[in-house]
Amino acid sequence: MVADDMPLAAVLQPFDQRVSLDHSAADMPCLLVPPADLVALCTQLRDDPALRFDFLSDICAVDIFPKTPRFMLVYHLFSVPHKWRLRVKCCLGDPATAPTVIPVWTTANWHEREAYDMYGIHFDGHPDLRRIYMWDGFDGFPMRRDFPLRGYRDDYNPMGVERPPEEGAG
Amino acid sequence: MTEATVINEVTTDTGLSREVLLNLGPQHPSTHGVLRLLLQMDGEIIERVEPHIGLLHRGTEKLFESFTYTQIFPLTDRLDYLCPPSNNLGYALAVEGLLGIKAPERAQYIRVIMAELSRISGHLLITGALPMDVGAMTSLLYTMRDREMVMDLMEMISGVRMHTSFCRVGGVREDLPEGAEARILEFCDIFAARISDYETLLENNRIFLARVENIGNITGEDAIALGLSGPNLRASGVDWDIRRDEPYEIYGQVEFDVITRQDGDCYDRWKCRVDEMRESLRIIRQCIGQMPKGDILIDDPKIAFPVDKDLLAHSMETHIHHFLLSANGFKVPAGEFYSATEAPKGELGYYLISDGSEKPFRLKVRAPSFVNLQALTERTTNIKYLADVIAMLGSLDPVMGEVDK
Repeated sequence: MVADDMPLAAVLQPFDQRVSLDHSAADMPCLLVPPADLVALCTQLRDDPALRFDFLSDICAVDIFPKTPRFMLVYHLFSVPHKWRLRVKCCLGDPATAPTVIPVWTTANWHEREAYDMYGIHFDGHPDLRRIYMWDGFDGFPMRRDFPLRGYRDDYNPMGVERPPEEGAG
Repeated sequence: MTEATVINEVTTDTGLSREVLLNLGPQHPSTHGVLRLLLQMDGEIIERVEPHIGLLHRGTEKLFESFTYTQIFPLTDRLDYLCPPSNNLGYALAVEGLLGIKAPERAQYIRVIMAELSRISGHLLITGALPMDVGAMTSLLYTMRDREMVMDLMEMISGVRMHTSFCRVGGVREDLPEGAEARILEFCDIFAARISDYETLLENNRIFLARVENIGNITGEDAIALGLSGPNLRASGVDWDIRRDEPYEIYGQVEFDVITRQDGDCYDRWKCRVDEMRESLRIIRQCIGQMPKGDILIDDPKIAFPVDKDLLAHSMETHIHHFLLSANGFKVPAGEFYSATEAPKGELGYYLISDGSEKPFRLKVRAPSFVNLQALTERTTNIKYLADVIAMLGSLDPVMGEVDK
């Protein structure tokens, strides 16, 4: 599945060492990018005629609590013309904010809403950043690693864990 | 809020026009599960569609993080509950990718046969349900009758009709029972003729065509930007099928055509699925013909349960491995792997991050239905009236179990 002849080096040039290439994973190469360069890199990956990553498969948010930087966004890209796959990783601190990639790929809209809903990652420039799975009044971000599996105790969840006195995730 | 709420009244030259908010679902036969659509309409003309999802959200990804790798299989069944073997397969490939193992060849054939049977089962539902949603009731009765044959085969192979959980990391749970191959071939013969019946029933049906032809057109470019995959993308003329382009299991050794259509309307998405069922039959027939004899599970007592259950009574070592495997599960080396498979609904991705323990650190499901459903909100698609929303929704074929995870 790994395309060795994927011309990634040329894409990295304009970013002047800020974007690094990681070949360690068995399935596909991976680019590490700071949030400030994310949209520029994604636009270039999509538009570069030698790469043409026109399909955003997925955006996966990861919480590596208690390590820092706490959050990570993993973008899985696919090129329909070349049939290549690429992973783009972007590490975020806490509170986490990343720029939206909706202008690059329309499909990012719901993926980013999911990452917001489950992990509380904010996306700057997202036109409609609301919860997508949980209801609007829900308190907390359920996929975070410090959120209990059974949830917090309330009227609807009598078996839940007692909420700690200090509000952690808001 | 079940009735339409009038949000604005405007007097125009032609009379009074009312802008209303209409709530469709979550309990509505045409929403194919618990999906709620909020429709902003001017009279009967759709101005905005806003899906509200999450009513079936079970926190599957959170549960993944507290389950061992073997325990996760039944959870994956419940994503796209029409096609559990496809979900099992995608997940098994992600774990096997990190472990660096491959299932024995016979197991790969069995997995592909199961996955293709489930593709037929999934496509059959929507082949019948879309016409039913737009007024052609008969077709669903026929497709459900034929889907029953697939359910029977599933029961014969795995003992369960729906949630088969038949895959294991490193192979499948059991070998095919005696006579299963003949039964599958018999099904292929019967079913090949039945597909033509659906076409005769619906392809020249003017009422059906009026409701789906030239409705909800999506161009190839838009479809890619929206992240559509599977039949929804191929109906828009994009020639991409993961089974052919990044072959996994034994898809490289069987011949099949990738079905594409050009217009990308509701009819094309429906027709694409009908034709794909024929290709699935071709794949199944070839698999039965080519399938070698041999192991169905890798021979590694630290990962796979013993196939020969008698060993448990006689070999102390097997017994210990079995106990440890049941109680603790197995460890997967630290790393990450994204497995992409062509599920009936589109690209089903499992992104697994392991920290070296017996449970996944993070397992993300790229659910095709979740992404496909988003196309409903897109204003570039050619849907104008309330009735078109129903056709569009049906043709996108979302399964709420997968949308809501």
